[in-house]
Amino acid sequence: MYTQALNSSDGDDRGIEDAARAAQFQARIDDDERIEANDWMPAAYRKTLTRQISQHAHSEIVGMLPEGNWITRAPSLRRKAALLAKVQDECGHGLYLYAAAETLGTSREELVDLMLSGKAKYSSIFNYPTLTWADIGTVGWLVDGAAIMNQIPLCRCSYGPYARAMIRVCKEESFHQRQGFEIMVTLCRGTEEQKAMAQNALERWWWPVLMMFGPPDKASQHSDTSTKWKIKRFSNDELRQKFVDATVPQAQYLGLTIPDPGMKQNANGNWEYSPIDWEEFNQVLAGNGPCNRDRLAARRKAHEEGAWVREAAMAYAEKRENRKLAQAAE
Amino acid sequence: MATPNTPLWEVFIRSRNGLAHKHVGSLHATDATLALQAARDIYTRRGEGLSIWVVPSNAITASDPSEKGMMFEPSESKIYRHPTFYDVPDEVGHM
Repeated sequence: MYTQALNSSDGDDRGIEDAARAAQFQARIDDDERIEANDWMPAAYRKTLTRQISQHAHSEIVGMLPEGNWITRAPSLRRKAALLAKVQDECGHGLYLYAAAETLGTSREELVDLMLSGKAKYSSIFNYPTLTWADIGTVGWLVDGAAIMNQIPLCRCSYGPYARAMIRVCKEESFHQRQGFEIMVTLCRGTEEQKAMAQNALERWWWPVLMMFGPPDKASQHSDTSTKWKIKRFSNDELRQKFVDATVPQAQYLGLTIPDPGMKQNANGNWEYSPIDWEEFNQVLAGNGPCNRDRLAARRKAHEEGAWVREAAMAYAEKRENRKLAQAAE
Repeated sequence: MATPNTPLWEVFIRSRNGLAHKHVGSLHATDATLALQAARDIYTRRGEGLSIWVVPSNAITASDPSEKGMMFEPSESKIYRHPTFYDVPDEVGHM
């Protein structure tokens, strides 16, 4: 999902840990206890979570770009106010998540620098462009819909600060999905051209959205440890299936066609989708998606152009502090 | 160049009259005024609060979780601190 690059394994360094403490730690997890910032934890748990939470945070921040693109061109004041509020929420989500990641011992500034240098990843989905207004509806409906599927189980994640941040995020995410779906309903009830625009957006977003859930279970090596540590409660394929089953009736309601002619409902009522083009996913993760370069360039520009504000605020705080100290000395 | 760190603050919000301030998360800001404004924007976008406290994170002294057994032992072992420890005859009724 927002942390797809985690699926590569980076070795197991638990051999060097104190075995007794590790066993005690696992017992706490098995008892459904929450792990808190100052508790002992295996180094690999800390590392996995730092990467997962910070990648999730980067995704929220980069995710502001494709939607921010349409704020000035929203078709009405109502839509504009809603989109502005949504993009502001994404920023808030990024900040809650950076705060949760920092409790594991890496500063936000360091985490942001890793993203800006291209070392840390963010979700593949934000490397696709938002070409028309219908894309804003589709992003809310599908991208936020997929995010909710993934994030609800994270509210019960074993790491307390992450779980608490996810509860706040999930409360707000529901508004995002509903405002997106409302845009789709309006377009689908509109003129032929508006409906065609909605159909076109669905066709471009459908497969990238399914890829958001990450590689198929048989290809994902990292999941076992994450499951054992109760960071992850459902597999990529389970969540993807849940999402497809929830989304098909919504597309039918809109009168839109999902771009998968081979899709069929099986005896259990699950919608079986055609194979996903994982080569496209790998290319986007490797930096070769349609907007990878644009997104990073936009983040770097914002960071560099904001440097003087950070410096000025810091200089002002220091000046006031020094004045206070001087007055106290008099 | 590495981005310099900005001070960290802990945010507490009173959600309604009569309730205590509760920890909701943390944020970065250079001074208390900016920390309060950022807390409003980050943690109260939907009527979550009537009052905000921001506290520099490094001003908080915390107990050590690995010593919680020893730290909280007195509260576990003194059953005579609880009302159910004392026998009151049934005839007396509720007390």
